Amino acid sequence: MPVDTQSPILRVTGLNKSYGERAALIDASFELWPGEVLAIVGESGSGKTTLLNALAARDKPDSGSVEFHIKDSGLTDIFKMTEAQRRLLARTDWGFVHQNSADGLRMEVSAGANVGERLMALGQRHYGKIRATACDWLARVEIDPARIDDLPRHFSGGMRQRLQIARNLVTQPRLVFMDEPTSGLDVSVQAKLLDLLRQLTQHLGLASIIVTHDLAVARLLAHRMIVMRRGCIVETGLTDQLLDDPQHPYTQLLVSSVLQP
Amino acid sequence: MSTPVLRLTNVGKEFTLHHQHGLKLPVLNDVNFEVASGECVVLDGASGMGKSTLLKLIYANYRVSAGSIQYIEKTGESLELTTASARELISLRRHRVGYVSQFLRVIPRISTLDLVAEPLLAELGHDEQAIKQAREQACVWLTRLRIPERLWGLAPATFSGGEQQRVNIARSMIKPRSLLLLDEPTASLDPQNTQTVVTLIHEAIAAGAAAIGIFHDQAVGNQLATRRIDMTHFRSITCAAQ
Amino acid sequence: MLKINHPSETSTETLTSHENQAVDQHFNFAYLDERTKRMIRRAILKAVAIPGYQVPFGSREMPLPYGWGTGGIQVTASVIGPHDVLKVIDQGSDDTVNAVNIRRFFQRTTNVAITTQTKAATLIQTRHRIPEMALTEDQIIIYQVPVPEPMQRLEPRERETRSLHGLSEYGLMHVKLYEDIARYGHIATTYDYPVLVNNRYVMAPSPIPKFDNPKMHMNPALQLFGAGREKRIYAVPPYTSVESLGFDDYPFEIQRWDAPCEICGSRDSFLDEVVTDDQGGRIFVCSDSDYCETEQSKLEASAVSTAQLVSKDD
Repeated sequence: MPVDTQSPILRVTGLNKSYGERAALIDASFELWPGEVLAIVGESGSGKTTLLNALAARDKPDSGSVEFHIKDSGLTDIFKMTEAQRRLLARTDWGFVHQNSADGLRMEVSAGANVGERLMALGQRHYGKIRATACDWLARVEIDPARIDDLPRHFSGGMRQRLQIARNLVTQPRLVFMDEPTSGLDVSVQAKLLDLLRQLTQHLGLASIIVTHDLAVARLLAHRMIVMRRGCIVETGLTDQLLDDPQHPYTQLLVSSVLQP
Repeated sequence: MSTPVLRLTNVGKEFTLHHQHGLKLPVLNDVNFEVASGECVVLDGASGMGKSTLLKLIYANYRVSAGSIQYIEKTGESLELTTASARELISLRRHRVGYVSQFLRVIPRISTLDLVAEPLLAELGHDEQAIKQAREQACVWLTRLRIPERLWGLAPATFSGGEQQRVNIARSMIKPRSLLLLDEPTASLDPQNTQTVVTLIHEAIAAGAAAIGIFHDQAVGNQLATRRIDMTHFRSITCAAQ
Repeated sequence: MLKINHPSETSTETLTSHENQAVDQHFNFAYLDERTKRMIRRAILKAVAIPGYQVPFGSREMPLPYGWGTGGIQVTASVIGPHDVLKVIDQGSDDTVNAVNIRRFFQRTTNVAITTQTKAATLIQTRHRIPEMALTEDQIIIYQVPVPEPMQRLEPRERETRSLHGLSEYGLMHVKLYEDIARYGHIATTYDYPVLVNNRYVMAPSPIPKFDNPKMHMNPALQLFGAGREKRIYAVPPYTSVESLGFDDYPFEIQRWDAPCEICGSRDSFLDEVVTDDQGGRIFVCSDSDYCETEQSKLEASAVSTAQLVSKDD
């Protein structure tokens, strides 16, 4: 796949966000390169969700910039774009996998329609082809293509999450945001989902930002990790380095608190 | 003919346990040495001397407290590992530096064959042809390491320690690399398989790789070592000269 | 051939004035005060300037309840003048309760001439049908609209649909059509079939049968749409492109019948199904009563001339 090795795909500089008196995000900065998977780890209240929402343009930060690399124009501040441009980006070059699949799916239309929607939004007008693409993606996320006409409300939690992934990846986005993609799922179901994410990320060369509180998910999926506490990034580096040789006291606390079965 | 591949200068490592009242554990002090292609450096010392720690520092799995670690390409260009970006380190691990650890971290649902083939795919791509090629290579390695064919389709989670270890070695060595870090690679192996691994390492070195290894078995160490380093030189308690 | 007499008015009358209804002196011309008319006209102008775009307007309390065409009535009341000739139809017929009441309302408040002949009208207010006979540049057709938002069932939040319209994000409309094909094998929408107006806005054409959709395309007449309860006005100016949505492999298609109209023999008009007995007997007749009568007269005229020819030969 064509990989731009000259420029990061995302550059975050000095992001700040407060809700009234409470500072939810303080001076967050980092870069993400094509094909990299970054885990943002922290406990509740750490600011990881605030950060993710700012990155995905769902919430405007108070200060700082988020630049995304657009073909032919290079790094562009996403908050200086028009709403229309941002929405187009969100539908084509970005993906967003929600924690609760009902937030990321249309529950009242079929699985096939869910997967095909982005294609239709982009102007695809051949029913047969849309359906074939949808079937292909359902198979890729290990949902039986025979269920293409079933409603998501008849799917299990794990299947809904996989459907969400298919819905997002159908336009081959370069950057995928994931908000606790495995929380609430049974362990065996989680394993399946994580494996799928791992494979798809590698095969498609996706850059990905995954918010999680589960260090095992971070270890499995992410090359790099950011640890957040009370709105600040306290440590950043290679995932295995942070988990095996944590430097910051909070990181050490986090790592040592994980139960080993 | 042999060119330096790795250079350690004044490397030190001290662990700080913040949640045990800031307890400091010094492990390594003032480590200086070079490794060139075609060399197999064996680290000697009792357990707790920091042998494993040193390998992990080189692999960037641990972070140094002091000093510099340089990886040197055939072209002469060097990368300072202590300040390299995550991207550069990941690339280094993918293409240049291999690490054979004692423990196989098992990813559920991946078959042994695919696990071993994976390092090749990063370079070849993920199309049908490349996957087929990579798998064929993996078969060769697994055969050589005497993993029964009936196990190739299974995930290694239920394999014996020795079998897991051999899968690990296959995975780490299937792709030729310029630097191999070997952390007790023959620990759980029987004599026959141990010899196979020794041969594999010899082959890699003959092909131009450099290796740094820890071997609990003196005999194996003797077979492989082109040079030995005594870790007591790097103990933090004494400030011994090299 | 069965002959059904249309009750009430005979269609030869084109001009009636004060006979049935005395003009009610308590109301302003066309019921609405002049400021309201101005407000509505401004909304209409805006709607005409942006074909297919839903313009909000201050819908007034009318003497008919919501659901009875108050939007259409307000639009008509704002454009009607003393020299206009008004036709009011409901499902193609001039004599249903709805049509009769609206016509009576305008007679009482404006005293304009009324007609049942499409050809003679300058203003046509309609509920759920477009007349079969082609309209001209001198005519205005006003549609009564229940739900102006074409995506309402799929996306009930107005804030969201406004953004979708503004950004031309119409994927959702095609999702609905896709679902129909997946579920029924064909697009199941048969009325209020969504259209793309002037290549820009997707519009709900009101519950006219999809059979009528092609009539909206490049129509010489001005087409105005009024939704009283939802408080929206929209428009399709003359000679504007109106395309019905579809897929390349499942294109838009209009309805067809196997049988012709029982009364006039037409094969080109929209037919209503009429149950005639308890054994399930049924016939198909034109929905557009004016059109049917006109065709009927043509048939009778040609029957007479044929008879004359025959008798000549004898």
